[in-house]
Amino acid sequence: MLDSETNSATIADPKVICRDVSVSYSCKQALFDIDLDIGSHQVTSLIGPSGCGKSTFLRCMNRMNDVIDGCVVTGSISVDGVEILDDEIDAVQLRRRVGMVFQKPNPFPKSIYDNIAYGPRIHGLVSGKDELDEVVQTSLERAGLWEEVKDRLLQPGTGLSGGQQQRLCIARAIAVRPDVILMDEPCSALDPIATARVEELIDELKRSYSIVIVTHSMQQAARVSQRTAFFHLGIVVEVGETEQIFTNPRDERTQGYITGRYG
Amino acid sequence: MPNSDAHIVRSYSDELQNISALVAKMGGLAETILTDAMTALVKRDADLSNQAIQADKRVDGLDAEIEHQVVRMLALRQPMAVDLRSIISALKIAQSLERIADHAKNGAKRALVINQSPPMDATRGIVRLSDIAREMLRSVLDAYVNSDAEGAVKVRDRDEDLDVLYDGYFRECLTYMMEDSRNITAATHLLFIAKNIERIGDHCTNIAENVYYMQTGERLNTARPKGEDAMGLKAE
Repeated sequence: MLDSETNSATIADPKVICRDVSVSYSCKQALFDIDLDIGSHQVTSLIGPSGCGKSTFLRCMNRMNDVIDGCVVTGSISVDGVEILDDEIDAVQLRRRVGMVFQKPNPFPKSIYDNIAYGPRIHGLVSGKDELDEVVQTSLERAGLWEEVKDRLLQPGTGLSGGQQQRLCIARAIAVRPDVILMDEPCSALDPIATARVEELIDELKRSYSIVIVTHSMQQAARVSQRTAFFHLGIVVEVGETEQIFTNPRDERTQGYITGRYG
Repeated sequence: MPNSDAHIVRSYSDELQNISALVAKMGGLAETILTDAMTALVKRDADLSNQAIQADKRVDGLDAEIEHQVVRMLALRQPMAVDLRSIISALKIAQSLERIADHAKNGAKRALVINQSPPMDATRGIVRLSDIAREMLRSVLDAYVNSDAEGAVKVRDRDEDLDVLYDGYFRECLTYMMEDSRNITAATHLLFIAKNIERIGDHCTNIAENVYYMQTGERLNTARPKGEDAMGLKAE
């Protein structure tokens, strides 16, 4: 639970509302009663030391923890007012609405074109070749990759550079028109230029999507997000406007972590 | 020192402490220049005046060194939270100290000129002004070194006393000028010195505000009480 005086876990225009979210892996509890709102059209970053539960929390929002044996998620997570932890919810449909980009770029071993076309095809979002072509082009354009790949759409996605592959994965995520995009350390395998391109893309994408990013780079959290939540030992210690967190954190633990004094 | 608990990377803590130490050293030097300039004026001591004038160059050197260290740390350490605030504050405080030392040095230069004329009673009045300014400077440096936000607020509140005293001194100097026109040259220089001291009080106030921000992350924004100034204008 959060101390309401030092935290603003709730916000005016939430896209995702998480309440009392707890997660246990077979014998160990990883998250304890997390309350956190994810705002519409903004970037929320989750920071904290390794093992603090930030990735576990991220994975709750599209039920990626379902596939882990012995993992139990309790509490409530609603996306646009729909409870997603409900058994009735089809996880595949949910993951169309809540997309994910991983740490290591993981394009399908298919052509660039098919990497993008795969999602819209299986979800039946398009009704013909022309429409599919258009979705592929728009998605690649929005991911800032179109100019670089338009002449080699049929070549394998795995042949692109690391930075290009990551933007391909982002293009793949947005091709199915999600509401929320989850990113788990999307730049940790990229060089600074490729990182800057992805950050520019995140900035652009936040106009249309709600983005949640887990990052180990405090500078990246500061650069790309509007809100920041600091996780530690399975709880949210502090959450607030990114500027406030990085210039004037209220909690000693947050200060210790972001200034590099954390023991 | 503003950051007592250590960083995981020890050299980071060392660099932060180095900046604080430079600021404290600069402050001590500015204080000495002010004291020497005033003593030189009262005791009509030209050597001490020249000593104060020379010492200002060291203050300028420290200011340049602090700026260099701040730029370097911003680029290489990407400081956050209290570290960011203390680094930025050090830069701003150094600028204020540089101005304070400059004003004090100007007093020492004018003392050389004043001391060409016969001694004047008005010289004593300036000591009361400089005592308050020096006390403000010493207290605000203590507040900086001890990370004492409350102490900083108290310094800021003292600036009004100095302003009131300056206004009184302004009228005193006018009286001396009207009494005897031969006093005009010396009294005008004294008036400039008094104005410089009044400005030193303002810079101490700025430093106090920076210390408060460094320590709390909040800006001191409550308006200070202000009376009528020497020109008979009501402050806004």
